[in-house]
Amino acid sequence: MMMLEKQEVTLEKGLLDFMEKWKDKPGKEIMILHKIQEVYGYVPRKVAMEVSRVMGIPLAKIYGIITFYHLFKLQKPGKNQISVCMGTACYLKGGNDIIQEIEDLIGVAVNTTSEDGHFSLEVVRCVGCCGLAPVMSINGKVYGNVQKSELPKILGEYSGKEANANG
Amino acid sequence: MKKYIIVWEPDSQKGSPVNNALLKILNEKQLAEKMEIIRSPFIGFTSSGAILRVMPDNLIYTGFRVEDLEGIVNATLAGDRVDKFISSYDNKFLPVEEKDPLSRQFKIVLRNVGYLDPESIEEYISRGGYKALEKALFELGRDGVIAEMKASGLRGRGGAGFPTGLKWELTKKEAGEIKYAICNADEGDPGAYMDRAVLEGDPHSVVEGMIIGGFAVGCTQGFVYIRAEYPLAIERLEKALKDAREMGLLGKDILGSGFDFDIELRWGAGAFVCGEETALIASIEGKRGNPRPRPPFPSVSGLWEKPTFINNVETWANVPVIIEKGGKWMGSIGTEKSKGTKVFAVTGKVKNPGLVEVPMGTTIREIVYDICGGIKDNKNFKAVQTGGPSGGVIAEKYLDMPVDYESLQSIGSIMGSGGLIVMDEDDCMVDVNKFYLQFSVDESCGKCMPCRIGGKQILEILEKISKGNGEMTDIDKIYSISNAMQKASLCALGQTTPNPVLSSLRYFEDEYLAHIKDKKCYTGKCKDLVQYTVIPEKCIGCGLCATRCPVKCITGEKRKPYLIDTKACIKCGECYNVCKFDAVKRG
Repeated sequence: MMMLEKQEVTLEKGLLDFMEKWKDKPGKEIMILHKIQEVYGYVPRKVAMEVSRVMGIPLAKIYGIITFYHLFKLQKPGKNQISVCMGTACYLKGGNDIIQEIEDLIGVAVNTTSEDGHFSLEVVRCVGCCGLAPVMSINGKVYGNVQKSELPKILGEYSGKEANANG
Repeated sequence: MKKYIIVWEPDSQKGSPVNNALLKILNEKQLAEKMEIIRSPFIGFTSSGAILRVMPDNLIYTGFRVEDLEGIVNATLAGDRVDKFISSYDNKFLPVEEKDPLSRQFKIVLRNVGYLDPESIEEYISRGGYKALEKALFELGRDGVIAEMKASGLRGRGGAGFPTGLKWELTKKEAGEIKYAICNADEGDPGAYMDRAVLEGDPHSVVEGMIIGGFAVGCTQGFVYIRAEYPLAIERLEKALKDAREMGLLGKDILGSGFDFDIELRWGAGAFVCGEETALIASIEGKRGNPRPRPPFPSVSGLWEKPTFINNVETWANVPVIIEKGGKWMGSIGTEKSKGTKVFAVTGKVKNPGLVEVPMGTTIREIVYDICGGIKDNKNFKAVQTGGPSGGVIAEKYLDMPVDYESLQSIGSIMGSGGLIVMDEDDCMVDVNKFYLQFSVDESCGKCMPCRIGGKQILEILEKISKGNGEMTDIDKIYSISNAMQKASLCALGQTTPNPVLSSLRYFEDEYLAHIKDKKCYTGKCKDLVQYTVIPEKCIGCGLCATRCPVKCITGEKRKPYLIDTKACIKCGECYNVCKFDAVKRG
């Protein structure tokens, strides 16, 4: 308990404004979590606790929502987020091989972040460009018709520099 | 005359090289007066990257690189064209009025997608937009709208195919002051992206449909439950709502009729089950998206326990056309029980993947071969899959069957949201079904036992079969678990999870038997059941396979038959694919 009480956090202004705007609307919980994730890249525990206190939403309810929906993250993602699509078309066209090759190339398993925090790898459901299967995206930039042999080059673009988004 | 370049670019997220390069060229050359760039959602039909359509010249460019854009801009200004990038697919993009009859498409839902600036309400209005709303408010009245909807025979495009007019009427009849209209834009079916194309390419058609629906049923508030994974769709929809409000088409006293209606967005968060209506309602209420038993149906007790009706994006986009042209007109298109058109997202092993809108009753052969160009790399057709993880396969013998809700159901598949995945001879049914089961298992919310445990059990049996440990009793087990899931699951997710396996057992049982009895996977997809060997009589000793082998397990001398070390082989199939002499045997 003492540990919990000592944790202090100042919420970012954009988030506070958003919470103010939504506070009286029913069904606000998921929208607020989206905002938290937009600001921090994931849902940090202390932020969730502060939001719970300010909005009067039980922490258990917030945790319940986070764990139900795939999009919400409890762990901080890497600087460069690699998402490989595993929709049906991508699966048929070798999405699995792409994932394995990335795992081998940068030593990061699915849903984890590399030790230096540089890359994280996740599998996503259909990103909605099945015509370009297999598809992957890095920091939101989409790569279509990905061949295993192109991966070193694609990943190389990100290995040196920091991501400009969410960096 | 001012030229317009419409850009279709596969990257629908932020940052689009072709669009940005064009804007830069326009800026540098100060061409804003002479030329305008319009970004439109990618609708497929080529796997070669971005597409440009120059209007009013009506030229389609594909296969170009960013460096080539300046040349295209210069040619366009000079009234000329760059021949080497002109596409041969152009008839596929023509609007309805000028469409080539051979293309067999018929565009109602996609009527504006790709032909107007989705961020301009003026353009939507100039193409006859919001006329239907006016007609509904001042001419037809609430009962008139519902009568037209019923006459049209429109059925829900989200999957189950419930008659839309009837749904509206049921909700209208419920007592109570407060009712809600919901648009289900949580397009979660892997392989389906038609809703995204409509939201990004023609958001006003959905907004107009919802206002008309809200008016007919007597709602003051509507919600769009939209996937957070579609940021551009969210942005465009927000813009559309704002513009509509400013023009008095949304909000208080719409067009002076005294009718109040507004629409808000609620984001999904990546849960497939939230496409189920009771789960979707729970999610809008800010809860975990668990479904609940029906009845009571949402029309009686839905969002915040008020009467609610839910239609998906494609259904809503049909509404303005039905109201404007009349229910009878719509009723004249399609088959006896399925009216209008259906948008299919054709993907997989097909030459020209993309979105196709055809009248109900079009055959799979017309869609796959005539419109989409047939199977990629001239391989053999195996099956198409519709309805995603809730649907089933359609075998070759049904290629000429007219597609509608009933015919698909009769052969063990469903219409679903319209994903149509083409499979060729290289796809293994056991492997594909492992994928669908894995999907359903991941997405099961866990509330009811048959879905939570049954799906996992079937998946484990499939994994066992694909590893070569299958027994004949496994097939019986699949049937009996499936039966329990279909009968006892709480919602459609669990009830339909066994569908892909059952339908593939119906048409491709021999493939399962080959895995179980002969311990063979003839497609090579189930890696534990495949072995690659060199046929010495056919091998000329070129050594290509040995060069390409990633684990260097192929050895031999030039001009003599090579040998694969089967113990070291990782079964990637590279040698099989590169051999020009069919000297590598898979089996």
